[in-house]
This record gives sequence, structure tokens and C-alpha cells, in this order.
Amino acid sequence: MKRLMTCIECPKGCRLTAGVGGRRLISVTGQKCPRGKKYAKREVESPMRTLTTTVLTSRLELKMLPVRTNKPIPKSKLLEAMKAVKRMTLISPVRTGSVIAPNFLGLDADLIATRDLGKKL
Amino acid sequence: MASKRELVIVGGGPAGMAAALAANKSGVRDILLLERDQYLGGILNQCIHPGFGLHRFKAELTGPEYAGRFIKMVGDSPEIEVSLRSFVVKLTGEKLLSYLRPGAFEEIEAGAVILATGARERTREMIHIPGSRPAGVYPAGLAQKMINIEGWLPGREAVIVGSGDIGLIMARRMVMEGMKVKAVIEIQKTSRGLARNVVQCLEDYGIPLYLSHKITKIHGADRVEKVDVVEVDKNFNEKPGTGFALACDTVLVSVGLIPENELLELAGAEIDRATNTPIAPEVNLTSIAGIFACGNACKIYDLVDWVSRDSEKAGKMAAEYLKTRWNTQTQIL
Repeated sequence: MKRLMTCIECPKGCRLTAGVGGRRLISVTGQKCPRGKKYAKREVESPMRTLTTTVLTSRLELKMLPVRTNKPIPKSKLLEAMKAVKRMTLISPVRTGSVIAPNFLGLDADLIATRDLGKKL
Repeated sequence: MASKRELVIVGGGPAGMAAALAANKSGVRDILLLERDQYLGGILNQCIHPGFGLHRFKAELTGPEYAGRFIKMVGDSPEIEVSLRSFVVKLTGEKLLSYLRPGAFEEIEAGAVILATGARERTREMIHIPGSRPAGVYPAGLAQKMINIEGWLPGREAVIVGSGDIGLIMARRMVMEGMKVKAVIEIQKTSRGLARNVVQCLEDYGIPLYLSHKITKIHGADRVEKVDVVEVDKNFNEKPGTGFALACDTVLVSVGLIPENELLELAGAEIDRATNTPIAPEVNLTSIAGIFACGNACKIYDLVDWVSRDSEKAGKMAAEYLKTRWNTQTQIL
């Protein structure tokens, strides 16, 4: 089976044509760099996305702390992950890269801060 | 009494920071970086999604992470003085600059000025959507600030006008936050945004993108209630019989950016009325010698990586200008 897809690894957005058998990648054309092939393989087998969102804080200098997963998580888990994020409140200052939730939801990725955030002045 | 500074940079976003660092590296020892917000980083602070820095840092960073790397470099540069909550109110062609900061009104005689004032969003009024004027119509970047910085939701059910990148990013962001995004309406035949954003922001969440469609009316007394949508032909004329309505309480307008050049205009420089960009023979220059413009104030960029690259050139150009001016003055003396 042929499947058309757009690579999302970089702003070029290469149009890929993937040959697919079941949930396996058989062939791919159209990529301008090796990341395209990797992307197509993952997209066919189990699509992954990096989650970026914000966490509510308490007594810190900003109301919301921007966060992300330090590696992509299954696309199918994104909304469940958002529900878990909604239940969190950050109460201590953090630096960029500080781990907010280790092994977040058992997905083998940490939820990390993407900026420094100090105490409310 | 105005104090003298060698180089004053207006705006502490990616453009202003890159210009300051490059000017410093090129030998300018006295730099004042003015930022009206309480943090450096500009619009990157609210762009919490990934996709920044692939060229610059060979890594996919979020906006705050990209900004953070520059903020650190600026912090490590003792010759760059940062003044936050500082709002420039006046600039003259002679490079006299006035600004307000908490508790003070300052006047400065600058050797050179770099304007890194960014851009504003185009509004509903600029694309002429008829209808009433209820609450719930926002430029997409403003909604982004509401959600990502202030922690509010703009509404419950949204329709997005225009398929610019900010609108696409916001479609995904609103879905993640529990809102329903009914559709993105684009008058052109193709999306204005990057292909990757159409995929990962719309297709991933099954949000319909209506190309060659436009909104003909916004309904609602106090709050948006619905919008009328119609297909258009290649001349953007409405196709009869193709109209439909979408119920929603929020309309996001994502139809591009306009460079912010009020200070440059005050200084008397020539501005292209159609694009609001400085009229000059080269990128980063203006029609006034010693006043430079970089980043989105100079022209609208797709990628912050190129803003950093070109703004560094602006920093170097300012350093070069200051050197030449110094040499000329010494010769006259």
C-alpha cells in the first residue's frame, strides 16, 4: 500500500511516499535527508510527538511554566498526558531542563522545564 | 540633560539580543539594551512549542529555550547593560532617544541606534470581516499569550481565520487545552503556514482546513455566536450556494504580521506604506545613517534562526558605523 505523508522533522516539510505493509515501512522516497526515512518508519509503526504545554505554578514569578517532554511520546497518549499535567502545581523554582515529572506516565520520557523560573519577588 | 551612550538597542527579543552580542563582539564596549517587558526574550517567551534553533543550534528547541540561550550570553556580557520595563517614547533623526522606566524618564544621546522592535499582528479590521463586534475575536498571537503566559482560555469553541503558522500552532494548543477547534478558514488555495504545521497541528487532530474559503460575517451580540463561511473562486469572489455556518464563541485571526516602526517614523525615516518596512538599499539599514533596523521590524521572517543571523549582521554594521564615525571625527579635529 502506498501512503503519502509530510515529514515534520524540520521546516522543509518534505513530501514522502511510503510503501507500507500492515504497520511496517517497506520503502520511502521524497526525503531530502536521512531524518525523513526515520520519520516515515516511526510514523507508520507508532507515531510519536513531543508534548509542549504549561504547568500551573504557585508563588513563583510567572503563573505558568512552559514544559516539554524530553523525547517524543506516543501520539495516542498526548491528551491523557495533558490531563495529568492539569493536575500538577509547581511550587519550587526551576531551571531550564529541571525535571518536573520523571518517567512521565511511565512513557520513558521526563517532563522538563523549558525556562528558568524563580520565586515571586 | 541627556547622557551619552555608544549604542542603544531597542527591543530585547531575539533580534535585539543577537545584535547586541554581535556589536559587542565587533568591539562596541558600551551597549544599552532596552526592553519594555519584564523579561528578555520577546515573543519567544510565549512560543512554547518546539521547532526553533534547528539551523542555529542544530537542535529542536522551544521558544523559551532558544531565548534562554541568548539571555544567558547577554547576561555573561558585562559591556551590555540591560534595562527592563523600559519603554522608548521618542527617537529623533539625530539619535536622541527618550524612554520611561519605573520611576524615571531618561534621555540619551546615542552614537548609533538599532531598532529591534518586532512586529504587530494584522487584525480583523485589516481584512474586513463584516458583522457585529462581539467579544471573542482575537489575533492568534494574543490568544497565545493568554493561554501560555497568563493561563486563561479564550473560549470553548473556536474558528480560526487564516492559516498562518501562529494560527495553526494555536489550533493544536487550544485542542490540547480542551477547547474545540471547528475549522481553519483560508482564502488562498494553499496554506500560508509551514507544511509540517498543517500536519502536526491540524491533521493530527482532525481539524478541517477549508482552502479557498472566507468568513463573510461574524454573528453575536455580546459574545461571538457563529460565523458564516463561503467558498471563493480564483478571483476571491464568493461562489453562490456554497455558504454554511459554524457555531463558535471564539474567532482567532491569523493573517500575518506588520513590522513595528513607529519610532523610525518619528525619527523621520522613509517607510514603505504597503509593508511598513524601512526603505533602504540593504537589509538592516534605514534611510538615516546610524539608525539600523533588524529582525521583524526590518522584514517579516519565517524562522527565528534567520532573525538571529541577520541581526548579528546589524550589530556588526552598527559597530562598523561607530568606528568610521569615530575616525571621521578625529580627522576633523
